[in-house]
Amino acid sequence: MIRDVNPAELSELQRRACALRRHIIRMIHASGTAGHYGGSLSCVEILACLFFRHMKHRPGDPGWAGRDRFVLSKGHAAPALYAALAEAGYFPVEELLRFKRFGSMLQGHPDRLLTPGVEMSTGSLGQGLSAALGMALAARLDGRGSRVYVLLGDGELDEGSVWEAAMAAAHHRVDNLTAFLDRNLLQVSGPTEASMRLEPLADKWRAFGWEVLEVDGHDLEAVLEALERAGRIKDRPSMIIARTVKGKGIPALEGKTGVHSCTLTEEQFSEAMGRLAQC
Amino acid sequence: MLKSTRDAYGEALLRLGELEPQVVVLDADLSSSTRSSRFAARFPERYFEMGIAEQNLYGVAAGLAAGGKIPFASTFAVFATERAFNQIRQSIAYPKLNVKIVSSHSGFTASGDGGSHQTLIDVGLMRCLPNMTVVVPADAVQAGEAVLAAARYQGPLYLRLGKSEVPILFEPGSPFRIGEAVPMRSGRDVTILVLGTMLGPALAAAEELAERGISAELISIHTIKPLDREAILASARRTGAVVTVEEHSLIGGLASAVAELLAAHDPVPMGFVGVNDVFGESGSEADLYRAHGLTAQGISEKVLELLNRKRGEN
Repeated sequence: MIRDVNPAELSELQRRACALRRHIIRMIHASGTAGHYGGSLSCVEILACLFFRHMKHRPGDPGWAGRDRFVLSKGHAAPALYAALAEAGYFPVEELLRFKRFGSMLQGHPDRLLTPGVEMSTGSLGQGLSAALGMALAARLDGRGSRVYVLLGDGELDEGSVWEAAMAAAHHRVDNLTAFLDRNLLQVSGPTEASMRLEPLADKWRAFGWEVLEVDGHDLEAVLEALERAGRIKDRPSMIIARTVKGKGIPALEGKTGVHSCTLTEEQFSEAMGRLAQC
Repeated sequence: MLKSTRDAYGEALLRLGELEPQVVVLDADLSSSTRSSRFAARFPERYFEMGIAEQNLYGVAAGLAAGGKIPFASTFAVFATERAFNQIRQSIAYPKLNVKIVSSHSGFTASGDGGSHQTLIDVGLMRCLPNMTVVVPADAVQAGEAVLAAARYQGPLYLRLGKSEVPILFEPGSPFRIGEAVPMRSGRDVTILVLGTMLGPALAAAEELAERGISAELISIHTIKPLDREAILASARRTGAVVTVEEHSLIGGLASAVAELLAAHDPVPMGFVGVNDVFGESGSEADLYRAHGLTAQGISEKVLELLNRKRGEN
């Protein structure tokens, strides 16, 4: 059971998730360039649960030593992270409209030196889990009791370094590390299973020594419950495989191939924003 | 007296372990070779074995640095810089994290293992990364000081060490400051700039040259980035001729760094002693050094050739 999540809190989280989608779509569209709508929209509920309910963090004090940390290993979903950080209050929401502009604090991929709340610079795939493991080991050494969360893309699992990190995290018995897999089934060239067979993923992570939980990644209650369970696991890291839909919220993109990075027509943009107008 | 720079690393880590509680050490199944095993035995809770997985080694080191630790992550030079280059670039240099990348078995010191294990491009690779400091000690004393200085220094740093025993050339406690060249000998006719442990043969070359009436100024360059521009430019102006010496490719290392500097300011005739765009091969270190002119004789010959060329031009 989830610790006292009541209907009002759930509807607040739904409102946040909807707001994140609006921010993502507006920020990419305003950048005037092709952007990663699909992979940003698929992880919205995960970020909403982490940033607006589950993680200990202080947007007004990004360097607070006791904070939990979040690493976006799939750095191309930067718009989702920026939306969550702005919505949480790390920086003004208006800044989102400068995404990818020259001189902006919001680079095309996350940059820890420029953006408050960004814990790790990512973008070259397959590296976030290693960094998160290092952060988890540092927190454990300091006895800080803080946790580290990392979000991986499924296409990213083609990178061998992910599996190096997976082995090492289990070997070092870190239990303050929880990974999410944004299992949206698509990568640049098409279905993940066509580019490189990944399944059976849950079995693989279990064989590597991880506790594996599987959830519907768009079901806020299910994600929260998985986070609660992951927090109670001892002596090993936890992986939450979140089944998601790439492009969730824009029907023209949902589950489609060939739109890993794309633009929206003005019509598609207006339609998408109209659908999300209620929040 | 002889001592390897990796042995100095192992000893200095023990001192650091006592002095600095934030220091942690990682290795990739080579801790007995890099000598980080000494730290592992004394401070097991602050040592992390990462297995034969260099990409993860440097990624985890980056995360530890982001968490406030001062990680020293060591393995052979070829695997550190070449196998994990993108991790070093993306997760350490680009986010400017306080990781100390320590390599042993650099240059020809992985002699018998052959070309697969000898890196002659590591300094070039590290030097071209923004935010990276690159230190190559000349002996075990400098190496020990460099380890302590690296821990005090805030930011990404590459420390290049060797496997083999080399002469101790400095008194214990000799001043060592990152970025500051060390004058060894003053002279009028030519400046010899030496990267790392080639200092021994270079000193012998300067002696030989003195016997022939050639006055060589000799400077030990232990930090190739940031380069001690003032010291190098001042010496080049005094002597009007510069020879660089390095156990590294002529592409990307000291030859390149000094040529870039002098060409932009006060060009003088230059000569280069180093490896001319080839991979290594098996053999004894003596064989390999001889084959590439990395000997007192090779350095002297390069100086004489340069001075002849210079006289011909005048």
